[in-house]
Amino acid sequence: MIDVDLSMVNWARGQFALTAMYHWIFVPLTLGLSFLCAFFESIYLRTGKEEWLSITKFWMTLFGINFAIGVATGIILEFQFGTNWSNYSWIVGDIFGAPLAIEGIFAFFLEATFFAVMFFGWNRVSKRFHLFSTWMVAIGSNLSAVWILVANGWMQNPVGMIFNPETARFEMHDFAQVVFNPVAVSKFVHTSSSGFLMASLFVLSISCWYLIKGRHVQMAKKSIIVACVFGLLSSGYVAFTGDESAYEVAQKQPMKLAAVEGLYKGETKAGIVAAGILNPHKKPGDNQDPFLIKMQIPYLLSILANRSLNSFVPGIDDLVYGNAKQGIESVESKMIKGKKAIKNLALFKQAKKDKDDPKAKLALEKFKENQEYMGYGYLNNPEESIPSVAIPYYAFHIMVTLGTLFPIIFALFLFYGLKDSLTQKRWLLPIGLISAFLGLIAQQSGWVVAEVGRQPWAIYGLLPVKVSTTNLAVGNVQTTFFMFLGLFTLLLAAEIKIMLKQISIGPSEGR
Amino acid sequence: MISNLDYTTLQQLWWIIIAIVGALFLFLTLVQGGQTLLWQIAKTDLEKSLVITCLGRKWEMPFTTLVLFGGALFAAFPKFYATSFGGAYWVWMLILFSFIIQAVSYEYRKKPDNLLGARVYELFLFINGSLGILLIGAAVGTFYTGSNFTLDLYNRVTWDYTLAGINLRGLEAAFSLFNLCLGIFLVFNARVLGALYLLNGIDLSSTPDLESRLRRQVWSNFFIALPFLLYVLISLLTMKGFNVDNTGTVSLTASKYLSTLLAMPYLPIILLCGIILVIYGVFSSSFKQSNQGIWFSGLGTIFTGLVLLILPAFNNTAFYPSKLDLQSSLTIYNASSSMLTLTIMTYVALGIPFVLAYVVYVWKLMDSKKLTVDEVNEESY
Repeated sequence: MIDVDLSMVNWARGQFALTAMYHWIFVPLTLGLSFLCAFFESIYLRTGKEEWLSITKFWMTLFGINFAIGVATGIILEFQFGTNWSNYSWIVGDIFGAPLAIEGIFAFFLEATFFAVMFFGWNRVSKRFHLFSTWMVAIGSNLSAVWILVANGWMQNPVGMIFNPETARFEMHDFAQVVFNPVAVSKFVHTSSSGFLMASLFVLSISCWYLIKGRHVQMAKKSIIVACVFGLLSSGYVAFTGDESAYEVAQKQPMKLAAVEGLYKGETKAGIVAAGILNPHKKPGDNQDPFLIKMQIPYLLSILANRSLNSFVPGIDDLVYGNAKQGIESVESKMIKGKKAIKNLALFKQAKKDKDDPKAKLALEKFKENQEYMGYGYLNNPEESIPSVAIPYYAFHIMVTLGTLFPIIFALFLFYGLKDSLTQKRWLLPIGLISAFLGLIAQQSGWVVAEVGRQPWAIYGLLPVKVSTTNLAVGNVQTTFFMFLGLFTLLLAAEIKIMLKQISIGPSEGR
Repeated sequence: MISNLDYTTLQQLWWIIIAIVGALFLFLTLVQGGQTLLWQIAKTDLEKSLVITCLGRKWEMPFTTLVLFGGALFAAFPKFYATSFGGAYWVWMLILFSFIIQAVSYEYRKKPDNLLGARVYELFLFINGSLGILLIGAAVGTFYTGSNFTLDLYNRVTWDYTLAGINLRGLEAAFSLFNLCLGIFLVFNARVLGALYLLNGIDLSSTPDLESRLRRQVWSNFFIALPFLLYVLISLLTMKGFNVDNTGTVSLTASKYLSTLLAMPYLPIILLCGIILVIYGVFSSSFKQSNQGIWFSGLGTIFTGLVLLILPAFNNTAFYPSKLDLQSSLTIYNASSSMLTLTIMTYVALGIPFVLAYVVYVWKLMDSKKLTVDEVNEESY
């Protein structure tokens, strides 16, 4: 068995969470603001009115400030797989590396090449080519999201690969399955549309500040109309794909669904928790009520999870301790099989090294009997297979509540914006002003649900996080953790300060 | 056709692709080189703006190429990715840090209320151009000098090099004279390229002092780089290399790289062409007042880089050798992805010429007019 320094694993886990969460402050804005800039510039080219040029340049300036720090925080994520998770990189690199390389070839170069034109090409290329470049930056940014989410989707729902005992790693078997993995597809559409929504909230928020202050009123009103149309459409996609994502989670990661719903004992005709407070003393397997208080919508969880009113939705206890009636195997049983697989893989590797072919053949046969449970063999107890319940539960409900609120906000602003009465609705403007912060909370919550809910697995059901790390002394990871924390916090502070100054300067004087 | 390629061909092809990406990165370090020149060549705010804006239009190129370099290694040679990045932890972490601070510096340096002040962002750019490139050179040097790791049956890496009880996790690469010389050569070569690019990209008619400083920098940096290059080249011809025999056993063999150069005669020819092109670019810019030197020296750098990256991997050589356990050494054959992954990635690579084509087209479009003072006054970093 592998000796694991748990404190190192947790520092590495914390470092990935830290860098990913910082990165995700900026990325949704890049995904959406790039398209909004393209919309504004398209309107400018169509109308020829200078005010749209001014609007375009203003939002582009903010886009550029955000883009730079998004790039800065992004590079570490790719290389962190190698530095902190080298065992992971070896075991799944044959599958996981390809989407990252494709992202580099097709998406990053598109962004990088046309970004320069977008910012420095106003007097160097034709108006049409400039607009084309802005669109290319938007497409490039979103193309990069495709590939990174293909990679992430594969971690959530590993498909299209086989385990090769000779190399002791997973290898690609069907690339199309990896790319068109249903989890990856729904994840991409959900994530990118939520990025569009976030950018729309950002534009709305800043425009509301101008309306409150009575500055750049025309520019703010125009920006609000465009942002609200985009935001409203995006909200529809977010809701639709959110439902699809939840269905995929229910099918592929039932433990995650049970955690986000605080569902311990499985139910038929299961209701969804609209709001509630978890019982902090609840333990898996006991008979305490998981909730102190809750408000439930009947049947909805069964519909969401299985598209069937009368279907059974397994709870945490069913998934951990098994439910013979529903045909669910216990984790303990899977662990026993997994440990056999690990033992036989070790015997196979040793026999191969000793060039003892009969022994290797026998060990391989025994390994294959249980190989699909190998990941469970690394767990020390069945309860280790349960993620934190409180974190994904609250994060999920915050995300959904805010996600329901946003289309209402967009609809109100669009309605009053089209009636040109926004400046009279003083009560509405502060709501718009804070909406970007709410969007940011929803964005972060979404990833918390996805990643905390996936624990303890790096590759769902196959490779636990604790065996994915590099063999490093904890001090190394602690040091880099604090280096990143310090540096990213410093850069974030600089970004916010610069951004606020640019907003206070306003459109025509910007840059 | 691609689906008919055998495994060995795919492995070799992918190392060549990675070598090309790496060589292009070395050319693009003109941005990093230019960054380190900033305080020496730009004496006024206007000159600084000219230099930073000229480089700033390209800063994403080496950055993106480095990311692609990493991504391609991950996809094609995951065992190297896991062993090197996980093992030589601190070298890679410091390289990454230098690129993180670069990424924000162009955009934030001149913005009002930027928290740290322009000087700090300029320092960030200097660190990226000097320490970042030096460490990249040291990391590439380990392809020849080896590293201190072992791999177990499951290919998990253990790194073991301690100084005063501290495991240096790759930083010891910078203690090798060969690695250090390669790193220093790359830093000064980048400075040569940076000066050449600025000569080419800026309309220097209204800033003659800047022009003369740039031309001086081309020559002086080349002069400093030369002995380090010579040391690297002479070492390559004389040093022991990590030979892999028919049974896969790795052993240290005298003049291994010299024998590879003799076995693959087009490599010394490309290397020689590369060096001549670099020298021609330098001389034409220093003494003939040409502004086109960047293309000669740039191409020369690509050729030289290509040979430096191909040489340690071919002719039965371990490209990532272990000094602690020779049999843990990585070859392009034992470190690669599966045949299917390499095949798929080769189909993907068919898109690279298209990507290169639009990069070159846009580069040409953006650089067709030299950067003027008027333009900088209107839009600058």
